[in-house]
Amino acid sequence: MTEKQSVISARNLDLTFQTNDGPVHALKDVNLEIKDGDFVSFIGPSGCGKTTFLRVMADLEQPTGGTVTVNGVSPEEARRQRAYGYVFQAAGLYPWRTIGGNIRLPLEIMGVPKSEQAERVNRVLELVELAGFEKKFPWQLSGGMQQRASIARALSFDADILLMDEPFGALDEIVRDHLNEQLLHLWERTGKTIAFVTHSIPEAVYLSTKIVVMSPRPGRITDVIDSPLPKDRPLDIRDTPEFLEVAHRVREGLRAGHQDD
Amino acid sequence: MRRSVVPVLSVVGFLLVMWYAAAVWLNAPWAYDKATRSGEVLTTSTLVADTWSQEKPKLPAPHQVGKEIWKTTVEKKITSKRSLIYHSWVTLSATLLGFVMGTGLGILLAVGIVYNRTMDMSVMPWVIASQTIPILAIAPMIIVVLNAVGISGLLPKAMISMYLSFFPVVVGMVKGLRSPDQMQLDQMRTWFASKSQTFWKLRLPASMPYLFTSLKIGMAASLVGAIVGELPTGAVAGLGARLLAGSYYGQTIQIWSALLMAAALAASLVGIIGIIQRVTLKRMGMA
Ligand SMILES: Nc1ncnc2c1ncn2[C@@H]1O[C@H](COP(=O)(O)OP(=O)(O)OP(=O)(O)O)[C@@H](O)[C@H]1O
Ligand SMILES: [Mg+2]
Repeated sequence: MTEKQSVISARNLDLTFQTNDGPVHALKDVNLEIKDGDFVSFIGPSGCGKTTFLRVMADLEQPTGGTVTVNGVSPEEARRQRAYGYVFQAAGLYPWRTIGGNIRLPLEIMGVPKSEQAERVNRVLELVELAGFEKKFPWQLSGGMQQRASIARALSFDADILLMDEPFGALDEIVRDHLNEQLLHLWERTGKTIAFVTHSIPEAVYLSTKIVVMSPRPGRITDVIDSPLPKDRPLDIRDTPEFLEVAHRVREGLRAGHQDD
Repeated sequence: MRRSVVPVLSVVGFLLVMWYAAAVWLNAPWAYDKATRSGEVLTTSTLVADTWSQEKPKLPAPHQVGKEIWKTTVEKKITSKRSLIYHSWVTLSATLLGFVMGTGLGILLAVGIVYNRTMDMSVMPWVIASQTIPILAIAPMIIVVLNAVGISGLLPKAMISMYLSFFPVVVGMVKGLRSPDQMQLDQMRTWFASKSQTFWKLRLPASMPYLFTSLKIGMAASLVGAIVGELPTGAVAGLGARLLAGSYYGQTIQIWSALLMAAALAASLVGIIGIIQRVTLKRMGMA
């Protein structure tokens, strides 16, 4: 096997927000290597900088120290190349566009030819199991379906990297389980590199090849766990001892981060 | 639709009853005057009959106004100087021209304010200041100045309409163009969308509900502007001219018929925008 290529690489990353109440140290000395095809979860208490880290990768936030590269280039260059799809916590579909229209939006912006747009919309709708909903408006869909549509939108232009910030945070557990399973299938089929923020330990362990545990004030990485679980993961893998062991280690990491306070 | 018919009709009925009662009350002194001078004694029914049929009543009864409107619309050629339809058209044309100009100006200013920091800081105070000056004070000046440079007729009135109607459009559109939240703007950034793409695909469609609300207010304001614009110059045509002439000669029936015509005009114009709003937003999936 050849050595997998590094897709995202953070070196001594620092980010301090200047606020009216003084500086907030959102990221301190963060080092991380994400390789091609990895599924990396970020987990940690509220305010530990998970979103900020993801936003730095997406060039939505500028680090105040250190460097990040995405596909070997700066985040800005990567954004210019449309190297990643970003899924926000809220689906954020445009109410005045149909599901198909929403998925077509980034394609229109990127100047994809019309004939190809239709074909791509169909393909990603199939991928998130929403075929047949193309002509519906967002309000005609459930929250979980809307979130799937927003994932389809992020997939439509076929970027190799998917950045997801608590995409299932607002959904109930049953829907969430289902979407987790679908997401794993999708990742397997497409071979994309995924960075995924979550608050849920089972979700992180179930999905990831690598789990990054973070802690707040200042936001930093306290543990990076490479999952020993096989790539093929039925939902009931969550009852196996291996799974519980990883979950335990994540919990320990989170607790250790808290005790520093 | 059908559910609103009964309440609307009862309100209209109530207003008519109040109107007739008020006509009796306000016109009774004149009726008594006349009776005393001719030595007649008024019974209740002759009093009521008289107060509802005077030639220059303080408050004309609804049927008098109705008859006048009928006479001056249906029974007059629309080219006649005495046709209310002719006068309405004169006012309507200025209203529409002013509305179009005001809407255009309003949208342009709003885009400038949203996209340009300097304009954001500098234009809005002037826009607000412009509306604190009473239109009655500024209307004659606009008319006189424009007349002096040889512009007369439709355009000066339309300018006053524009002056009144651009304001709600600016305020509404600034709010509408700024209605997309940070996440939606960030999303555009992740797709490396250009400024103009963000405008056409996000800001503009998001502002549509705000725009239509503003257009309704702007249209009503525009009509007021056109009527006000007809007052200071002693214009010979238009609903404003009818109001003015009516008040010179104490023709209250004529005043009220012009007033009702103006109200009907305003209601239809705003109603038309409401229909366009409903159809557009429905097709956009927003209603
Ligand atoms: N734009 C900003 N300006 C100022 N401070 C900010 C900004 N964005 C985030 N912060 C601060 O940076 C810290 C990290 O925030 P961040 O949103 O990354 O946390 P998070 O781990 O995503 O939390 P959560 O789990 O609640 O989403 C917090 O203290 C937050 O208040
Ligand atoms: Mg967050």
